[in-house]
Amino acid sequence: MFWRRAAHGRVGFRRSLPELGLLLLATLVLLEGSVLPLGAASSPETGITPGAGVSHGHADKNHSETKHKKPFPVLGLNYDSVKTPFEISLWVLLASLMKLGFHLLPRVSSIVPESCLLIVVGLLVGGGIKLIREEVPPVLDTKLFFYCLLPPIILDAGYFLPIRPFMENLGTILMFAVVGTLWNAFFVGGFLFAVCQIPHASLSHIGLLPCLLFGSIISAVDPVAVLAVFEEIHINELLHILVFGESLLNDAVTVVLYHLFEEFSEAGTVTVLDGFLGVISFLVVALGGVLVGAFYGFVAALTSRFTYHIRVIEPLFVFVYSYMAYLSAEVFHLSGIMALIACGAVMRPYVEANISHKSHTTIKYFLKMWSSVSETLIFIFLGVATVEGPHQWNWVFVTATVILCLVSRVIGVVGLTFVINKFRMVNLTTKDQFIIAYGGLRGAIAFSLGFLLDIEHFKDMREIFLTAIITVVFFTVFVQGMTIKPLVELLAVKKKQEAKRSINEEIHTQFLDHLLTGIEDICGHYGHHHWKDKLNRFNKKYVKGFLIAGERSKEPQLIAFYHKLEMKQAIQLVESGGGSKLPSAMPSTVSMQNIQPKNQPPPPKPTERALPQLTKGREEEIRKILRSNLQRTRQRLHSYNRHTLVADPDEEGFQDIILKKQKMMELDRKIKEMANYLSVPSHPKDSPTMSRARLASGRNTDFIPAQQQKGNKKSPDPQAYNIKLPAGGVPTIQVDLASPQSPDSVNLLDEIGKAEQKEDSGLMMKPPESNGPEKAGEKDGWRDQQKLTRCLSDPGPGAEDDEDEPFLP
Amino acid sequence: MGATQTRSGQEYQELAERTGFSAEQIRNLHKRFQQLSGNEDTISREHLKSIPALANNPIRKQIIEAFFDKRNQHGNELGSYEEIGFEEFLMVMSHFRPPTLRTTEEEKEAMRKEKVRFLFNMHDTDGDGKITLVEYRKVVEELLSKSGTIGQEAAKAIADAAMLEVASTNVPNMGPDDFYEGITLEHFEEILKGLEMETRMHVRFLDVSTTNVYCGK
Repeated sequence: MFWRRAAHGRVGFRRSLPELGLLLLATLVLLEGSVLPLGAASSPETGITPGAGVSHGHADKNHSETKHKKPFPVLGLNYDSVKTPFEISLWVLLASLMKLGFHLLPRVSSIVPESCLLIVVGLLVGGGIKLIREEVPPVLDTKLFFYCLLPPIILDAGYFLPIRPFMENLGTILMFAVVGTLWNAFFVGGFLFAVCQIPHASLSHIGLLPCLLFGSIISAVDPVAVLAVFEEIHINELLHILVFGESLLNDAVTVVLYHLFEEFSEAGTVTVLDGFLGVISFLVVALGGVLVGAFYGFVAALTSRFTYHIRVIEPLFVFVYSYMAYLSAEVFHLSGIMALIACGAVMRPYVEANISHKSHTTIKYFLKMWSSVSETLIFIFLGVATVEGPHQWNWVFVTATVILCLVSRVIGVVGLTFVINKFRMVNLTTKDQFIIAYGGLRGAIAFSLGFLLDIEHFKDMREIFLTAIITVVFFTVFVQGMTIKPLVELLAVKKKQEAKRSINEEIHTQFLDHLLTGIEDICGHYGHHHWKDKLNRFNKKYVKGFLIAGERSKEPQLIAFYHKLEMKQAIQLVESGGGSKLPSAMPSTVSMQNIQPKNQPPPPKPTERALPQLTKGREEEIRKILRSNLQRTRQRLHSYNRHTLVADPDEEGFQDIILKKQKMMELDRKIKEMANYLSVPSHPKDSPTMSRARLASGRNTDFIPAQQQKGNKKSPDPQAYNIKLPAGGVPTIQVDLASPQSPDSVNLLDEIGKAEQKEDSGLMMKPPESNGPEKAGEKDGWRDQQKLTRCLSDPGPGAEDDEDEPFLP
Repeated sequence: MGATQTRSGQEYQELAERTGFSAEQIRNLHKRFQQLSGNEDTISREHLKSIPALANNPIRKQIIEAFFDKRNQHGNELGSYEEIGFEEFLMVMSHFRPPTLRTTEEEKEAMRKEKVRFLFNMHDTDGDGKITLVEYRKVVEELLSKSGTIGQEAAKAIADAAMLEVASTNVPNMGPDDFYEGITLEHFEEILKGLEMETRMHVRFLDVSTTNVYCGK
């Protein structure tokens, strides 16, 4: 963007640590000031390429040491060469520890937002450094901020942008972002100029253009601050996306305004042509940014189509392409933020369909981790920079700025909403307007922009500006950030629903989409839904097939969602292994049979009577065995390999678990039924309805393997479980170790304790303790055999298949 | 019912009061109605089926059926019409009105109920006040009807999972003997709570004249 130009200036006003040293200057020169502009030591975080600095350092050291021969140093001190990465690590560690610490103080963190606390920490740290070294390193360097700290936060926001509400409110968001920001800039700038004309305020040297420049810096709502505060207040989706969307999209306006006024105030004159060019430039910056981002997003999606065999680097593509999009946009002075947002939003649906589930989790965690560390660092640095900064406190200017910012925001929001409500279907209420206005927080972007101001040209106002910016940032983050939560409660603004998306909601979201499209078509005018439908159709027909590999390109959204849900439940099941309940997705005792239709004369259902003999404890025990078995299978699949995450690239592990989860639910039912078999001597013949019910639930189970087979040819057919089950026979525990809990073994209830033991000993490779001597001898033999069985079939609880089998095709 | 071609302003006024549309919107919708019916007084299923844009809609059948459903006329009648006049058409359309700033909380609540009820009626094809598993499967099947065989296979599993979810959220403690017969309206409202129907289930009815928009047959 604009800090590029200032990069050289930075070296000029760097008055950083004396111990910075020749060494790093040499590095600087070597790298032509392009990679490490301000000296790695002075700002520890600049080191995105710390490796370069370190290696150079080593080279230099070696040179000097070869000159005079010394005895070989047994223990040497070489802090300088590790200084940069060391300090980076220290800062990151500090940030992480702080973040950790706040969550240990629940009372404090419920009152004060994290961002405030972090700034305070930054202030303290800055103060500490100042006491010790008398000079505070200029940590919040512009280059560092825009190239290292900001992109992760924006990518996180863009990648996980809730597309639907964003697109539905795009008009409103754009209105606030473009017109609102323009209004703010000119209002604040104009009135500040008027304030500057007040005699005795010693501000008369500030002209109109610098005022407008300042206005354009201070007017933009900051995404980092907004995110930090809004994540804590859990406001409803509409308000969140309005404020947050505005903060993202106003970047283009800020960029252009900043450039314009900077040019003008240096040139001193403005013509109509300049204004016109400014408008053109805005369109270029905004649309160009989006196009660049979309292009990279598209390429990323295409790349992810071919990563099937190298799953480990999948997440990397997402990060690198996004970063490239950001940098490419910056090359042409386009809006990098818009590029990142567009890139993340475009690539996500396709990438997610292509990559493995683990890669997806990795992406999610990495983004969250990076963004939260970045955010923490930004706020800490903001505090440090406050201590460090050259301040010039001017009561009139600062007070006027704060008041004008507030006033212009309120007027802007109210005025714009008045216009917008004429076009919106769901109008914004007064409460909404208040929250939007009040949520207009300013943050580190404004500060960084202020820092960029040319020190020569704005020499007598730069300090005033910086001080005012910092004050506004502090005011919004502290006062507004701290009071917004109680205000939200007080006004009873609708909160976000915490509930996770259920399958019913997904069905009805889709249903509603089609319904509304249909109604629009019947009404005969092409509205929002009509075009969305067209776009979806186009996407499905052409784009998806091109960007998504294999079968999944044809998978409808609902099915994809269902699969995801299945996967999630399976993982939850495994993760909550020790829990006392069955899968949390099914927190009730309701099972498939409760909902199966039985419209014909209700068949006698002896099998579904609860069993008195089977105590709760017993049930628990069985579940425990099941679970431990399940987890061990998963461990077995993990063999360490640097290039792949699991032995099978197609996450056999999770597929297995899905399968098992369903089997387990089935088994749960069986456990109940089983006891009935004990009490009811002959298994009653199923009525046709019951058979159908069985069949249906069987379908439910074998549906997954069918999916699984798509990618995984080796996957076991559900029928394959029967291989190891002697038909009709009572499986002996020793042989059928894989499923000792088979409910069809009548002696299960008696044997269960033993079974557990053996299960453990068998799979944990421990010498069996309580089993017969013949077992020790045969151990290897049967283990081999067992391995073979495992290869051929799934080791999970496959017992129920024998019952469903006759009904399966 | 008698939707004559020259409706007087007073008639519009009357309809506006009953449906909540503005006179302008009613005029536009009436134009469209006549366009669809070929200047007849009533409209039949065939008329709606022949709308070209609707051809790609997977739930076309249900949408059309909803227009002829007597339950959607704010009465207590069951069954369906063979043909509907403009008034009925408008009544169905009124389910898709957006809330305005002036709508009070109670009105919003009523609106939401109405909208949910409309959806419920679409699913509950036999009108017994319950969406049974068979009916729910049908819904999902229709929804996936445009995605070939995978869709049909998955539909059943999805419907089953969805039904199970409804059952387990609404009747968490079911004995193994109990039978969940179907989703009642209350349960249906419960599961759709998160979707905020009152702010989502609406289309834009144009206030301005739409003579240029022609989506003919």
